[in-house]
Amino acid sequence: MTVRVQTGDFDVGREMTAMRHGNPKIGAMACFVGVVRDLNEGANVAAMTLEHYPGMTEKALEKIVDEAKARWDIYDALVVHRVGTLKPTDQIVLVVVASAHRGEAFQACEFLMDYLKTRAPFWKKETTPKGGRWVDARTADDAAADRWS
Amino acid sequence: MKPDDSRIATIEVLYFARLREAFGRERERIELPGTVKDVGDLTAWLRSRGDTWAHELAPGKPVRVAVNQDMASADTVVVNGDEVAFFPPVTGG
Repeated sequence: MTVRVQTGDFDVGREMTAMRHGNPKIGAMACFVGVVRDLNEGANVAAMTLEHYPGMTEKALEKIVDEAKARWDIYDALVVHRVGTLKPTDQIVLVVVASAHRGEAFQACEFLMDYLKTRAPFWKKETTPKGGRWVDARTADDAAADRWS
Repeated sequence: MKPDDSRIATIEVLYFARLREAFGRERERIELPGTVKDVGDLTAWLRSRGDTWAHELAPGKPVRVAVNQDMASADTVVVNGDEVAFFPPVTGG
């Protein structure tokens, strides 16, 4: 179980290969990658800057991973979240889950993303033609997280 | 013994995202009067600075608070040496 917050990019294939390496019990891996879009709420987004709370963010992510492990029979989970300035088509976040069968992997992966979006201290600021704009929290994200409670 | 309301607690207060920009600072050390016992008291005390503080921390504004890096609520106790963070609802992922 690992969480990482970093400015640099990540290699999805390398992360997945590393997770399954040496564990022949793994029969399923689910992976989610979040990517920067060029359009949000009607404005063109030239760049996005992500801020976090060093210390608390890592603790919050670890707590979310622990909860996923308590709810589903999974072997391993990885969360990598980038911070700093990113551009459209850049990768923002990676979640990988390994389990014996696909059901647990799919569900735990979706749960991790839903909880991350509503509980981990990250904030996005978009650069648009009209200047900087802090992204507002979405009620749809709260509703997605509430499905699991 | 009677509680000593004159006691001074020193805490570290952090601000993130929109609040960091609005208040023009990312952290500050604050000496609190003994009358400030919890997060609700602290929020009201910061609000009493007026202007931007009163506006951004107005009742009903979506502001989250963490004490020692755990999510807190208005009745979470604040004591000497605590790290208290104020920030907007999170928008990662």
